[in-house]
Amino acid sequence: MMDHTTSSEEKEKGVGTTGHVWDEDLQEFNNPLPRWWLWTFYATILWGIGYTIAYPAWPLINDSTAGLLGYSTRAEVAADIEAVETSNKSINERLESVDLVDIEADDELSAYAISAGGAVYQTWCAQCHGSGAAGAVGYPNLLDDDWLWGGDIESIHYTISHGIRNESDDDAHFSQMPAFNELLEEEEIVQVVNYVQALSGNAANDLTRVELGEVVYQENCASCHGDTGEGDVYQGAPNIADAIWLYGGDYETLIETVSYSRYGVMPPWIGRISESKIRAVSVYVHQLGGGE
Amino acid sequence: MGILDKHRVLETNATLLLVFSFLVVTIGGIIQIAPLFYLENTVEKVDGMRPYSPLELTGRDIYIREGCYVCHSQMIRPLRDEVERYGHYSLAAESMYDHPFQWGSKRTGPDLARVGGRYSDEWHLDHLRDPQSVVPESIMPKYGFLEKTLIQPTYIEDLMRTHAVVGVPYDEEMLVNAVADFRAQADPDSDYDDLLVRYPGAQVRNFDRQPGISEADALIAYMQMLGTLVDFSTFEPDQHR
Repeated sequence: MMDHTTSSEEKEKGVGTTGHVWDEDLQEFNNPLPRWWLWTFYATILWGIGYTIAYPAWPLINDSTAGLLGYSTRAEVAADIEAVETSNKSINERLESVDLVDIEADDELSAYAISAGGAVYQTWCAQCHGSGAAGAVGYPNLLDDDWLWGGDIESIHYTISHGIRNESDDDAHFSQMPAFNELLEEEEIVQVVNYVQALSGNAANDLTRVELGEVVYQENCASCHGDTGEGDVYQGAPNIADAIWLYGGDYETLIETVSYSRYGVMPPWIGRISESKIRAVSVYVHQLGGGE
Repeated sequence: MGILDKHRVLETNATLLLVFSFLVVTIGGIIQIAPLFYLENTVEKVDGMRPYSPLELTGRDIYIREGCYVCHSQMIRPLRDEVERYGHYSLAAESMYDHPFQWGSKRTGPDLARVGGRYSDEWHLDHLRDPQSVVPESIMPKYGFLEKTLIQPTYIEDLMRTHAVVGVPYDEEMLVNAVADFRAQADPDSDYDDLLVRYPGAQVRNFDRQPGISEADALIAYMQMLGTLVDFSTFEPDQHR
């Protein structure tokens, strides 16, 4: 039953109750929603309707409404890229049209290429050659002056464009060192490794084998690596007379390299990134330290 | 009786409220979800997409098993920084044969939607063995056991049949040759011409350069094809998508 206190409060406020009664005398006032809340609620409904008119929303039979504003994420990203390309257009065109060898003589062009090339390098090259370009085992150091396929700007540009020993670019550099465990006796491999160690200034493991190793070297290795181990950039044959090693110059690693050979692969970048970016990163790599 | 009074009937009857709530949610669901199944522009038609080859599909299962998707997304968003870094933004068609899709959401590592061809097989091997050996800044764990775990195509045909049930267009020829194709793709000395007819653009190599087909072979075969099938030089994007 209704408590008379509740009824008087009810009268005071001038609002009725919801009509529910719990536990004999518990009731709730039927207060109106706060004005601010109600109007915010109506506003969100209006906003929702407006939004579906302005932006792509309603599904139709074959497609959906495009919205009055004509917004699309694809158009937006295309416009963003276009804007950057337009602002760099003149300098990119110059970068693409001048001779590679003349880029570094042009201060403005060279400054642009080095900073743009640095960004390209960090995005596409650092994963193998290292963020500081010092390389890793199997991934050439780009800071020194030892170049497998040539270190002048044109060679660097060619290597970056077409890559090395990949299957996706027919113009990729290609050469393959034989696995000499199929061609030489084990003893001959040991001899030639001792010779190569001596050649590069390291103390050979076994001096008595050095001379025998030279004979093996001249017969099997000199045609690519040169009579004095100077290497050959036209075949990507490394200089083995210096102290710079891609896979390691210690005895065990050299035995492994001669026995099973190596096959370093670099992907082509032509088609994946623009010519101006390839040129920019070529200049960047060329100026890093050892560019010829 | 005004509409509010009628609404009172709903509010004071729990079962009725449940039924009508369900009805309202259903209408919302139908409007949002159902059109995706019949609208022709949901998945635009692009040239070059094909189902995964048996070895790639196995690699994809390893990718899922190892939880690669927890850190790597496969979804290049239409934003300039992502397009500049990874390549063309992903299209719905590029994951239409993925069950489940590998878009991911937690971008701890780089996006892998177009990782195919970006690195050499040897890099992938070095990187799986010890990510920090090639990328010192990386926090990725080591997966060296993959190249040591040899795999057999025992269930590959069943796996492909299951994918066919949910709509991947594997035809009977692909299914009966599943085991042969699985082996051929990891062996450059095999007769793989038929494989390439069935799965254009599949890459045939001994990916880990070791005898036998390992989990690393399958995973690298999968990663080396990711994002490589659609030729974007001839692709004209429809802006209203």
